[in-house]
Amino acid sequence: MIAAATQTVHGPHIDVAGLSPLIALGGGAIVVLLVGLLRPRFVREGLVPLLSLVALGATLGLSIWQWNEGKSIISGALRVDSLALGLTALFVIAGMLTVVLSWRALAPRESAHGEYYAMLLASIAGMSVLVQAQNLVTLFLGLELLSIPLYVLCATEMRRASSLESGLKYLIVGSVGSATLLYGLALIYGATGSTDFAGIAHALPKGSAMLTDPLFLTGMALVVVGLAFKASVAPFHQWTPDVYEGAPTPITAFMATATKAAALGVFIRFFDVALINAHDNWAPVLAALAAVTIVVGNVGAIGQSSVKRILAWSGVAQAGYMLAGVVVGTQLGIQAVTFYLAGYLVMNIAAFAVVVARSRETALGDSLAAFEGLGGRNPFLGWSMTIAMLGLAGIPGTAGFVGKFFLIDAAVDGDYTWLGIVIVIGSAISLTYYLRIIAAIWMKPTPHAVPALAGGSAEIEPGEVPVGPRPAGLEVTAVAVLCAAATIVLGIVPGPLFDVAKDTATAIGHLL
Amino acid sequence: MNLSILLWLPAAVGLVAAFAPRQIAPKLVALATLVTLGLAIYLIADYDPSGGMQHVTDTMWISQLGIHYKLGVDGLNLFLIGLTTLGFAAAAVAANFRQWDKPGLFYLHLALGETAVLGAFMAQDLALFVVFFDLMLIPFYFLAGQWGVGDDRIKAVTKMVVYTFVGSLLMLGAAIATGVLSAGDGHAISFALSDLRAHKLGTSTQEWIFLLFALAFLVKMPAFPFHGWMPDGYKAMPIEVLAVFSAVLSKVAAYGFLRIVLPVFPDATAHFQDLMLILALASILYGSVMAFTSTNARLVLGYSSIAQLGFITLGIFALNDRGAQGAVLQMVNHGLVVIPLILIVGILARRAGGSEDLRDMGGIAFRAPVLATLFLISAFATLAMPGSSNFVGEFFILLGVFESKQAFAYIAFAGVALAAVYALRLFIRAMHNRPSPQVESKELSFRDGLVLVPLVAVILFFAVYPQLALHRAEKSVTATIQPAVEVTK
Repeated sequence: MIAAATQTVHGPHIDVAGLSPLIALGGGAIVVLLVGLLRPRFVREGLVPLLSLVALGATLGLSIWQWNEGKSIISGALRVDSLALGLTALFVIAGMLTVVLSWRALAPRESAHGEYYAMLLASIAGMSVLVQAQNLVTLFLGLELLSIPLYVLCATEMRRASSLESGLKYLIVGSVGSATLLYGLALIYGATGSTDFAGIAHALPKGSAMLTDPLFLTGMALVVVGLAFKASVAPFHQWTPDVYEGAPTPITAFMATATKAAALGVFIRFFDVALINAHDNWAPVLAALAAVTIVVGNVGAIGQSSVKRILAWSGVAQAGYMLAGVVVGTQLGIQAVTFYLAGYLVMNIAAFAVVVARSRETALGDSLAAFEGLGGRNPFLGWSMTIAMLGLAGIPGTAGFVGKFFLIDAAVDGDYTWLGIVIVIGSAISLTYYLRIIAAIWMKPTPHAVPALAGGSAEIEPGEVPVGPRPAGLEVTAVAVLCAAATIVLGIVPGPLFDVAKDTATAIGHLL
Repeated sequence: MNLSILLWLPAAVGLVAAFAPRQIAPKLVALATLVTLGLAIYLIADYDPSGGMQHVTDTMWISQLGIHYKLGVDGLNLFLIGLTTLGFAAAAVAANFRQWDKPGLFYLHLALGETAVLGAFMAQDLALFVVFFDLMLIPFYFLAGQWGVGDDRIKAVTKMVVYTFVGSLLMLGAAIATGVLSAGDGHAISFALSDLRAHKLGTSTQEWIFLLFALAFLVKMPAFPFHGWMPDGYKAMPIEVLAVFSAVLSKVAAYGFLRIVLPVFPDATAHFQDLMLILALASILYGSVMAFTSTNARLVLGYSSIAQLGFITLGIFALNDRGAQGAVLQMVNHGLVVIPLILIVGILARRAGGSEDLRDMGGIAFRAPVLATLFLISAFATLAMPGSSNFVGEFFILLGVFESKQAFAYIAFAGVALAAVYALRLFIRAMHNRPSPQVESKELSFRDGLVLVPLVAVILFFAVYPQLALHRAEKSVTATIQPAVEVTK
């Protein structure tokens, strides 16, 4: 018996190289959490964000290192391929920019620096797991790892009721979404007898009776609903404006970009891999959802006066555009989605960085009034916001135009021309609210700065803007300018990003 | 000559000017527009009338989407490029005589506008055309919204931008569909117009795509009943900007029909010929009647543009050589006439206490014979007085329509008569009659003359020698309408 115990145990092979991006994220989260316990102020306010950046940078480097490997790890539960790594790189970039925006923000100071950044890293790890998942269980695991830290992060400005409300709302709605998803996954498992994506695809050959099985179809519908909650696809988007408005702005920026990318990534993984043979069943449903989302998002944004709410609604609409790329289920569609996600990331972060700057400089928060006359007062922020808005509207010369071009191209190519037309109609509607922001920046007179009264005076004279708590900070302006510049560069020289997008799409083999 | 230089020069100088000191920026951009004009004149002189695409630049821009950066000049766009550079040069010089808030930005937008419009005229790739077509509105949005007139201008320009973008974006969808669907049978996707001409789409596909393109162009022109943005938009713009906007941007739309729609969708063109002719007639009649009844001088010109663009559309969809040639000539003529007319409205308004209402004007000719002469020449050109180049253009258009669809020609003749009514009414109300109390009749200043006299000289030059344009355009016009003509036969 003793002899047996001393025998070498042959454990499963652990592919450390493949796991390394996840290890960097998880390890980084733990290190950041522990270092955050130290007393000195410079450690908490300087070292902790720096270490988070290092962890994210390491993840990015390791993802690039593993780029061409394309292998399954952990007994096929995760797949490290160019699609997963490309999306991970997007999450990491969004995370880095969020860290920079959070550096001197209120939220980490009010909660605790270590916890704040650790949760951010954990959430990114969850996203990474989610888009690598090859299995219903890991899919759900990744989704929860992504969501739970975000619920908390939304509520980190603890002394502001709307932040707490945002966190709570997100928790409740997100849990409903997760529960629905889980139920759907269980039904699909019940119908196909497999939790593995490959196994599910195998159990559903083209034209099999399973494709009309009510159990399977119900499961699929529930999965669509669950994921639609996460990606804020209409009609499951109602939480989005409230949560985006209430959450600390850097977290909103992170949710708007990274979470959306993760949700679309899992749409691609699940529908274009596991359920590709059921394409005829789900494609019309997703197409209808995409069309509804585009219309609802764009119409919802029109009457808003809070810029964060406008961006939330616009994010709903943009999810609809990208869903069109998933619907067609082709290489071109996946390429278009990943390309658009990258462009969408820089445009949105540029916009949110300007919101961060303005809500620090003025006491008006993120209302449209805080942007009046910004072009004359601070041309850097003014131009960054203008470029971001033009980009989101899809004006030529920006990443948004090329992205939309690509999406419509994919839609027409995949016989969904009508969805391409819905995209252009949505873009036309979207101009009304993007132009409102641009008009506020350039076409309204520059107001005079007046000191804000204690207790928040309700009486703001026209032509006056109360001064906010502190200056915008150079790093926030830098993020805005950098992302705006990237919007233009990707719009004029999209070639390199196209190549990357093409590479990510090759990760998925059997498409239509 | 490398067309890229001509194309990007204004934008590049505009960017420099944005960072230049406020005294230098205006002069820098004005100089750049004049140099661009010089280059365009060289291009016209250098053009080989035997036809074909000349000075072609063709490199791949986005290979994955098959989008080429392809520029070229032929008889269709040669004079429109000249008109564009002339219009922007006139606007930039005229703007130099006024003080603008944030001059660097103002001239940056003006310069970007020139590059975008030139790009739309030069593009020989459908996607590139759409890019510039969409892009050219943005600088004008800023110019009107930031430096425009009236308190409602933001609303007005937003309406204008959204209105025209609905059309443009639908065109974007249609353009992508054209590229993707014509690449169906195995060969790589390409948006180059020459490739699209070679691979025709099926008739039913052509038809819905035609409608989307037509909508975009008719809104941009504007044509009745898609002109809803025009009155407010015209009233909101600074007068110098309006001059070039009215002269040039509407021509991009008309040009789009000739360059893209007729050769790429010939079956649909033949199918919808009557519909387009009816819309053109409606524009002529509606525009003329409105121009006759408006009291705002800007709107008189705005509505007269609707009517003139109606004539141009009529010529294009006559689908024969004469009609199309007349349309090309008339595009240039209308632009040449409308620039000085709109600038004159600005000059008149300054003499009428700032009002652009015709009822507040009158008697200005009294002590301003030179101004009156310049105005009269432009007005006569507008109403297509025999001897003017506009007469030649309209004659060709009517001849073309008469040959293909007689009934339409009879109605169009009425439009010619109406043009005389509104042009003379504008002139008489402003220059003759009894002076209104706040009117100050004084001669044209030297500065204003500096802009107006050369513009009117160009009108006179074309009146004497319209052959210059006709001869150079002939071969290209025949080639571009050829596919549609074959279908109708």
